Amino acid sequence: MITIVDYGMGNVGSIANMLKELDETSIITDELEEIRQSKKLILPGVGSFDKATNAIRQSGLLDALDYAVHQREVPLLGICLGMQILSEESEEGDTAGLGWIPGKTKRFSQEDKPELQVPHMGWNSITVRNNCALTQDLPEDPRFYFAHSYYVEVENDEHSIMETNYSIKFNSGIKKDNIYGVQFHPEKSHKYGLSLLKNFIRI
Amino acid sequence: MLRPRVIPCLLLDGKSLVKTTQFAHPDYIGDPVNTIRIFNELEVDELMLLDISASKEERSPQIDLLKTLVDECFMPISYGGGIQDLDTARELFSIGIEKVVINSHTFDDPSIINSISDSFGSQSVIGSIDVKNKSFGGRKVYSQSGSKEHNVDPVEWAKELERRGVGELLITSIDREGTWEGFDHELINDLSSEVSVPIIAHGGASDVSDIRKVIHQSGASAAAVGSMVVYQKQDKGVLVNFPDIDDLRFKDPS
Repeated sequence: MITIVDYGMGNVGSIANMLKELDETSIITDELEEIRQSKKLILPGVGSFDKATNAIRQSGLLDALDYAVHQREVPLLGICLGMQILSEESEEGDTAGLGWIPGKTKRFSQEDKPELQVPHMGWNSITVRNNCALTQDLPEDPRFYFAHSYYVEVENDEHSIMETNYSIKFNSGIKKDNIYGVQFHPEKSHKYGLSLLKNFIRI
Repeated sequence: MLRPRVIPCLLLDGKSLVKTTQFAHPDYIGDPVNTIRIFNELEVDELMLLDISASKEERSPQIDLLKTLVDECFMPISYGGGIQDLDTARELFSIGIEKVVINSHTFDDPSIINSISDSFGSQSVIGSIDVKNKSFGGRKVYSQSGSKEHNVDPVEWAKELERRGVGELLITSIDREGTWEGFDHELINDLSSEVSVPIIAHGGASDVSDIRKVIHQSGASAAAVGSMVVYQKQDKGVLVNFPDIDDLRFKDPS
């Protein structure tokens, strides 16, 4: 049973769809008690950093998530912006991130490379850096669908589990204890996404 | 690095999938739900759905049908046809459409591009331009599935859409569409050298070498393909297929 946190940031239906394909039940909710007592959490996110962190802070969601993740230690997977807000801050906004994984969110720099297209959008490969429950047995030559202009730079290298090359090597997957984040969209990445979410279900 | 994108482009006409030739003579391909299910099993990287009768019939998108289709897919889907305002775009995003494709309405009110791009980001909006060569040189732009002519140069129009905030441009050659004669490389070249947003070339693709050429030589970022993924061969029967993924690796431009 996976609880998908609905805080008004993007379409969550496609995540629920993919979990259904994997025979995993899920609920999409903004109920605080439901989130406090969840078994496993997915934090989606499309939109801007400040909007997302404000939505989490203003609705009491932060306490509920904090309780589930840090007191009850349930696994949490942040997707795309949902991963970026796990960091301490972002070049995209002025508000503080959740700061659950030490690091900063930065924008792809076009200064030295004016030809670099931002957002980074489309399918790209990932390389596993630190194997963990989330990265086990992915299909050969794994690739995922990305759509983002910012990426997370973690402070401790051990928190980087996957990296992707887009003019620079950036962290496409991060992990600290029971907290996971992926920059790509597993729910739009057919067999590779299915395989990654299956791993998350098994954690 | 990023993989070149090859996007099956499927045409909805009412509740059916069809394939046209030069924007005319729609041939029935099949039921959209079944066809899209096959593309999902083939693990294509991306899909594009265009409702070719929506704008002509002044109809809004068929949300219920689209929702059923999106629920079948675990890949990004872009949709075009009958999108006239921000609310319609918002509704499409809420059912899981990744990007909207806007063509006809940009001629009535080009600010629709600005409003979608401002609210949902430039990556969420594809500007679509349908182009036809004039008999004695030069080019014309059309909307409403090729039925309405506009007195504007495609390069100038592309720049205008870029300025208003499209994240990508879908450039369709009406002359080549459905003909298997290859992309209009000259058209794609002229556009890609003038705009900086990624260009999706569409119209005429017949095989992987043609796709390779349009990406490596004509400056397209992606190729939209129709006939070659819904027919067995030219003048043959319907067969939903997708070229072998190894053929798409584009190791070196050849």
